[in-house]
Amino acid sequence: MTKLFPVSLKVNGKDYEREVEARMLLSDFLRHELGLMGTHVGCEHGICGACTILFDGEAVRSCLIFAVQASGHEIRTVESLGTPENLHPLQQAFTEKHALQCGFCTPGFLMTLVPFLEENPNPTEEEAREAIDGNICRCTGYEKIVEAVQDAAAKMSQGK
Amino acid sequence: MKPVKFDYYAPTNVPEALETLAELGYDGKVLAGGQSLIAAMNFRMARPAALVDLNGVPELSYIKPNSDGGLAIGTMTRVSTVEHDPEVAKRFPLLLEVAKFIAHPQIRRRGTFGGAIAHADPAGQLPSIAVVMDANVLIRGKGKERWVKAPELIIGPFMTTIEPDEMLAEVVLSANPAHTGSNYMQVSRQSGGYAQAAVASVVTLDGEKVKTIRLVLMGIGEAPILSQKAIEILVGEIPTPDALKAVAEACATSEIDPATDIHATADYRRTLVRALVARSLTESIKRAKKGG
Amino acid sequence: MTGKYFGQPIKRLEDKFLLTGNAKFIDDIEIPGLLHAAFMRSDFAHAIIKKLDVTEARKHPGVVAVYTAEDFGDYWKPGPLQVPPPFAIKDAQFNARTLVPIAKDKIRFSGEPLAVVIAESRYIAEDAIEDIILDVEMLPAVCDLEKAWEDKSVLVHDDLGTNMAALVKQEAGNYEESKKKADVVISKRMLIEHVAAAAMENRGFVVNWDERNQELTVWATTQSPLTIRGSMARGLGLAESQVHVITPFIGGGFGPKVMSSQADDVLLPWISRQLKRPIKWLEDRRENFLATTSERDQIHHCEIALKKDGTILGFKDVFYHNTGAYDSYGMTVPLNTQTHTISNYRVPNYSTEIRMVFTNQMVVTPVRGAGRSEGVQAMERMMDFAARKLGMDPADIRRKNLLTAKEFPLKTGILGQDFVEGVLDSGDYLDNFEKCLKMVDYDKFRKEIQPKARKEGKRLGIGVVAFTEGTAVGPYEGCRITVSTNGKVSMATGYSSQGQGHFTVFAQIIADALNVNIDDVKVITGDTGHFAWGAGTFASRGATLVGTATYLAAQKVRAKIFATASKVLGVPEDQVELCTGSVCVKGQPEKSITLGDLASRANPMRGVVEPGVEPGLEATAYYGPPHGATGSGACAIILSVDSETYKPKIERFVIVHDCGEVINPLLLEGQIQGGVSMGIGNAFYEKLAYDENGQMMTASFMDYLMPQATDMPKRIEMGHNHTKSPLNPLGIKGVGEAGALPPGPAFAQALEDAFSEYPVEFLESNLNPSLVYEYVKKARG
Repeated sequence: MTKLFPVSLKVNGKDYEREVEARMLLSDFLRHELGLMGTHVGCEHGICGACTILFDGEAVRSCLIFAVQASGHEIRTVESLGTPENLHPLQQAFTEKHALQCGFCTPGFLMTLVPFLEENPNPTEEEAREAIDGNICRCTGYEKIVEAVQDAAAKMSQGK
Repeated sequence: MKPVKFDYYAPTNVPEALETLAELGYDGKVLAGGQSLIAAMNFRMARPAALVDLNGVPELSYIKPNSDGGLAIGTMTRVSTVEHDPEVAKRFPLLLEVAKFIAHPQIRRRGTFGGAIAHADPAGQLPSIAVVMDANVLIRGKGKERWVKAPELIIGPFMTTIEPDEMLAEVVLSANPAHTGSNYMQVSRQSGGYAQAAVASVVTLDGEKVKTIRLVLMGIGEAPILSQKAIEILVGEIPTPDALKAVAEACATSEIDPATDIHATADYRRTLVRALVARSLTESIKRAKKGG
Repeated sequence: MTGKYFGQPIKRLEDKFLLTGNAKFIDDIEIPGLLHAAFMRSDFAHAIIKKLDVTEARKHPGVVAVYTAEDFGDYWKPGPLQVPPPFAIKDAQFNARTLVPIAKDKIRFSGEPLAVVIAESRYIAEDAIEDIILDVEMLPAVCDLEKAWEDKSVLVHDDLGTNMAALVKQEAGNYEESKKKADVVISKRMLIEHVAAAAMENRGFVVNWDERNQELTVWATTQSPLTIRGSMARGLGLAESQVHVITPFIGGGFGPKVMSSQADDVLLPWISRQLKRPIKWLEDRRENFLATTSERDQIHHCEIALKKDGTILGFKDVFYHNTGAYDSYGMTVPLNTQTHTISNYRVPNYSTEIRMVFTNQMVVTPVRGAGRSEGVQAMERMMDFAARKLGMDPADIRRKNLLTAKEFPLKTGILGQDFVEGVLDSGDYLDNFEKCLKMVDYDKFRKEIQPKARKEGKRLGIGVVAFTEGTAVGPYEGCRITVSTNGKVSMATGYSSQGQGHFTVFAQIIADALNVNIDDVKVITGDTGHFAWGAGTFASRGATLVGTATYLAAQKVRAKIFATASKVLGVPEDQVELCTGSVCVKGQPEKSITLGDLASRANPMRGVVEPGVEPGLEATAYYGPPHGATGSGACAIILSVDSETYKPKIERFVIVHDCGEVINPLLLEGQIQGGVSMGIGNAFYEKLAYDENGQMMTASFMDYLMPQATDMPKRIEMGHNHTKSPLNPLGIKGVGEAGALPPGPAFAQALEDAFSEYPVEFLESNLNPSLVYEYVKKARG
């Protein structure tokens, strides 16, 4: 009998309770136990950043956390930002600047940037570029993502 | 890949943690930040039978001033917490300087100060920093505890003197005397990636002359290399550019035995060490003179 | 050509789904009863299988089945060739040894699948793999291209008696004659390597066999849904109509996802049919490095013959090409190398020979650039070595030989990957180059900036190169456009998407042609249930082929709209015009009908119809070009190099590009920037490294390095030329791979320039600081 452990956590403001194996990665838990498919898995060794989510408000790799470790904590995924009809200003900036192509890495970038922009509401180009250094994008070459970050900062400070 | 099955324990306090480790013995492994361990488990290269997760033990996270003006850092303190702590900034700017190079912020927010040292990855920065700062490390087990200096703690690649039923509990950093300057430098091919070579230095001056010097060469050998040549050449001497050059040369030619791999040849690594040692020492000395 | 939408920087329609986690990728597909597959893969590169025992694995709790090659019986066989063999080329020799779905008796590359486990979860499947017992007799690994060509003692395919996969020679003019007239002849041996695609999303496959309907539904991260539909249907003895292939959103393709008849698409449908259960397989990153196709090394023996004023008289290239353990993808990659070596310049005499070699490594198929980069690198480097020998500036020697507008169309005399003679259709390569030099302030750099830096002890170097990109090759693509009764327009094409913006660019063409709002146009790609003709996404052909087919189909729908409206509104056709979602009569605004209503009227439910009239406002069109359209450009890089650590920093990056007419300038920039980042990766960060035992040493992102945001230049400065292609009505050429082509040689030239006090000559690609150091050390003596 495989031993199961209780997991009780809040994701995007909603409470969940499940029982899972200890080895289940948080990335797999969010996607397949909870059906939140926005968080993507690119490498499972913590480098690509596609799986980045907010853990108690901080951007971390969900592929390097076991689901059982998230018990009692608060998770936010890309689904908490906006909807197709009502985009978050950061998402709006991304589409206006063409900061995504295949879109697979994008949720990871967005979750890295949400707390970054809260702490740095007016980043320079260099600061914006450093902020996304921990996320790999194979499609865009990063330039338009950096533009989107600064555009989002401007949008968000105007309270749009 | 997915990790193999393992048993999982989540103690909520230190005695419980030590009790569990004692019971599990060789089967048990501490799970601290997990940024190295879980990655290795996701390759099925690390296959612990049981994990003792310390993330639920809040009493292991702290940064406290100690009696000599230094700091005691609890093992589970996140690297990013250390990076942003004002008390750390005041006393040990070296930690702020090196933190920027440790992977990326997303990793630093989970990775722990003690965990990184206990992991003793030869490519990791914190084991080398612990050695260059001559950190004093508290190792605890059920009914036992001992203090070990970092250079004696780390004995090889991913190897420390921590027993299976023990855990690293605290890292104590002694205050730097006046006129001390420090520096960390590395050369890596890619931002946040492994360094082909790195150097950390802490220099204390007595007037014009060098009183103490700790120079660690990182990413070159199987464990951090504390340079003896630097001590031989510089202690009691004025650190002229020529003297620093001599140290750099000695380090590059006689204190390291670098490997050739897909990223760098042995000779290139020597060249890096030569460059980095001179630059790092120059920086540290400049900082020592400025105030330290 | 510009319209309300064509030529405009329109925001992408698909973004809002991708940004909010609402876009379905392969791993998002959940089906009741889904089982999970995992492959046991060989650690050995070359070995005879002595024992493969899966008995214990079958007993593992949670495991439903385990299969090895034997279990598939007659179904196991080497797959089909993915592209035709090169016999259209005179005297071509080609030994077909196509990829087998799973290893049988012999292992030929590290990562080759040995067994497949089907279980309740991926976790369990991987556990069960560890219960499988494997005994092998290890063999030496064939890795060295030049050695393997001669040495028959170790063979990748024993029945072949050689490691030669192909020998293809082509000649235009007479090189040996031209050499006699030369003032200078330079010979060099160069190692030119290309890389892994490393898309952020790994490959995946979901298959569901419906026993009651006798239908197979497949979701796959494939660039060629129609190819795998065909091969799965044939393999299982089904009609194509019984196989439905759907491509979800795909997280990047870059080439390898066009490969088919691999373990997943061959074995999993068979298994699904046997078990009567749906099955999902997802590759992990390590598997992607080991066992998904990539490009690798070529060794070029180049010779260039010139007059002392720098005029090229002839070029000769004998090169070895690594095809990996199997050559399913034929000669596409090395043929591209052949054609792109000379496609920029006036080269009246060209002799080229491909020696394609089997090795104990994964199969080579196109990766962004698809062999073109290697050809560009070979020529650009030889130009640099020639310039040095002749004491010429690298810019000047290129000026001397670059093709100009009046020389087009130019027949190259060399057959390309589409087996027709390469024709450079249009462009002005010299103008691209001059524009690039101007943008990077070349003269100022040489006369002021560089000398000043040298005085200050700073190492700055500049590299300027030119390139062409053969795009938009045949055979054909097609689409069907339909106006719905709700007034919205849909288009379906067999082409598939991996992030290029197809959902938007084709909608732009349709919205302009039918005068509707672009938000009312929905594009469906890569779903064989919607459209089932076409070849696949490769060779930067989407915008041109599908774009043209879209334009043609839209014109047909326009004609139907006018014809139908004319009847419905009771006026002659030339009185009718399109007015944003409606059709109205010129001068009589009250007489109009919405497109939706018109669509209803075009499909009567009762009554009689006129003979020859088709129902609805719908049309299908296909487009196949006579040959590919050639894009072109030039690139300049200024590097600063740390004299002690040899680490370079890109100070400026300039690229000028000509892809004819531009459908969406915003997306064009994205394609170029993305290509450039892969080119920079190839030039300086990435390398698929194997050891002498054929073990891959770079099977994770820890060792396979790609540039991160701060490693990229602050700005990729872009210039554009717009030479309309004469080959299609919209005047467009492809651009997807362009950015990846020039950085490699530009880097090498700039580094040599930065160390110009030494006679450094880089004879390989994929440089890194350590390699630069070793080359400089050697040159210093």
